[in-house]
Amino acid sequence: MEPVKQVEGSAYPFGMKNVDTDIIIPAHFLKTVTREGLGKGAFEALRKDPANVFDDPKYAGSPIIVAGDNFGCGSSREHAAWALLDMGVKAVIAPSFSDIFAGNAFKNGILTVVLPQEQIDRLMEVAESDPITIDLETQTVTTPFQDRFSFEVDPFRKHCLLEGLDEVGLTLTRGDAIRDYEQRQASEKPWLARGTGLAA
Amino acid sequence: MSANSPAKPRTLYDKLWDAHVIETRDDGTSLIFIDRHLVHEVTSPQAFEALRMSGRKVRRPELTLAVPDHNLPTTARVDADGNRVPIKDQESAAQLAALERNAPAFGVRYFGATAKEQGIVHVVGPEQGFSLPGTTIVCGDSHTACHGGLGAWAFGIGTSEVEHVLATQTLLLRKSKTMEVRVEGELGPGVTSKDLILHIIGTIGTAGGTGHVIEYRGKVFEEMSIESRLTVCNMSIEGGARGGMIAPDETTFAYLKGRPFAPKGEEWDAAVAYWKTLKTDEGAVFDKSVVIDATTVEPTVTWGTSPEDTVAIGGVVPDPESFADPSKRKAAQASLDYMGLTPGQKMDEIEVQNIFIGSCTNSRIEDLRAAAEVLKGRTKHPNIKWGIIVPGSGLVKVQAEAEGLDKVFIDAGLEWREPGCSACLGMNPDKVPAGERSASTSNRNFVGRQGPGARTHLVSPAMAAAAAVMGKLTDVRELTKEPA
Repeated sequence: MEPVKQVEGSAYPFGMKNVDTDIIIPAHFLKTVTREGLGKGAFEALRKDPANVFDDPKYAGSPIIVAGDNFGCGSSREHAAWALLDMGVKAVIAPSFSDIFAGNAFKNGILTVVLPQEQIDRLMEVAESDPITIDLETQTVTTPFQDRFSFEVDPFRKHCLLEGLDEVGLTLTRGDAIRDYEQRQASEKPWLARGTGLAA
Repeated sequence: MSANSPAKPRTLYDKLWDAHVIETRDDGTSLIFIDRHLVHEVTSPQAFEALRMSGRKVRRPELTLAVPDHNLPTTARVDADGNRVPIKDQESAAQLAALERNAPAFGVRYFGATAKEQGIVHVVGPEQGFSLPGTTIVCGDSHTACHGGLGAWAFGIGTSEVEHVLATQTLLLRKSKTMEVRVEGELGPGVTSKDLILHIIGTIGTAGGTGHVIEYRGKVFEEMSIESRLTVCNMSIEGGARGGMIAPDETTFAYLKGRPFAPKGEEWDAAVAYWKTLKTDEGAVFDKSVVIDATTVEPTVTWGTSPEDTVAIGGVVPDPESFADPSKRKAAQASLDYMGLTPGQKMDEIEVQNIFIGSCTNSRIEDLRAAAEVLKGRTKHPNIKWGIIVPGSGLVKVQAEAEGLDKVFIDAGLEWREPGCSACLGMNPDKVPAGERSASTSNRNFVGRQGPGARTHLVSPAMAAAAAVMGKLTDVRELTKEPA
């Protein structure tokens, strides 16, 4: 994965609350065996409204979305993160995120920045005309108007994002610890180790 | 731990967490062992592809079970000559073909489209005894919480995590907070587990459980069948919680005994002895606690486009102005516009044109029996243009047919289909037309969920059957009460 240090640029002043993953990418776009090309289906239902923010030329290609509470609720589809990536979005700023979406975003190098509602309100204003900068290293969101908002980020996720680490590769280096656990389980709870009973 | 310093009381979730920690890092994240991994065709192709590209294997294929469900048409799968009926939608066909190819290539047990064991992953796992108490269970599907009904810690994951589990049989996690949903008292006659979970979500809201794992506690759950417990835990994600669980007990053990992948002989006895320790200790503290009075729960329906938009069937469509939170007011107005409803409209006067009985929430034998009991000797109302009953698995279908339930449905003018996810999310051809309403036993009433423009009202199986008979949302108790 590419390292992520900073996301800077214009932002969609979206603001909607409880944006579920069916809104981000409806089910009929999930019939794909690749990760690419999902941007065309992103926010399909909302884009039927000609005044929607995602088709406003003012914000075309913005790398940031400013949204309301509980962004990404609903299904576990990682296609939601892939759709955002495909439309060029690299960060979402909201008062809260669903747990599964936040995990999926992280795995794809999309920043999920949690800020309180009043700061979101301020960023909605700024986004109408000016760019926003998110700096992961210093954990700050800044604007050209001297706004400076700090955000929290999980230290492990921050490390992985800054370094662009492959999580599967990292875990595989712990192979011995996993093997020890498996051996203990096989002797203490043998029924668990059998699973479908197929030979490995 | 010395004998005179008693162990700190733990919740059920604490116990399952502790039993699965491989190691904890300095930053507080832990590597967690995954006991069971369910795989379906929608969220797995990119994960298998990533394994292939990096030359990695599935670490524990025997802990993995694959079954197609989301895309499969629910019409006949073999023709009169016994040949497979080709799937018309090319993208669906490609996704199904990928799983059919990937499962054997990686040594994973696979129940194909025409196997009698095929069904919705969350119906198949418990039914096969693959899902067990005390296990960690994951699947690339948010309704995985369902398996918590057996006393498992089960949760949905994204495709990158599917890849991680396939390759390592682990996930890197931070411990969730715990939330107790305690239900006191008993449910009234005609009120089901589906009504209860809709009521709970209406109470806590769709973000009420975010960051938490829920444990459902109280006599109501202890007295519930496993099917009902699965229904409750299934919708935990609709309350924002990635997992939801109910402590295993004799009902759980009786349900699992003799199922194909359940332990046998001495191992069964050892397993049961362990499972009996899986309950929250006296004095254990939850981070959050919600108490619900069961006697206040009525047959419940949704009016909006979020599962938290619930109301008793005897109630009315709420006025958006009645919400204190301005963003909720706006969301409610948008919901009413989409749903074509007006404030004050009586719920039991809303006409529906479509009936869907199925989904991982409500497609088990008990659900079909409940629907059949209402439909027996009755026929669908002329308002109903389309009504389908989709069993959760091939084995549920066989059982239902042995009990003659299929005949009840067909006689009522409804269609009896092949198992799959179907109209819950309309990835297959089963969709609700734009602008029309459905009474649906599924789990999400999101905008466009059952098809673009479709208007979904979430209900229990008995309530869906009542809506089929009356052509409108109806209090099922009016159809089932004894004549005076």
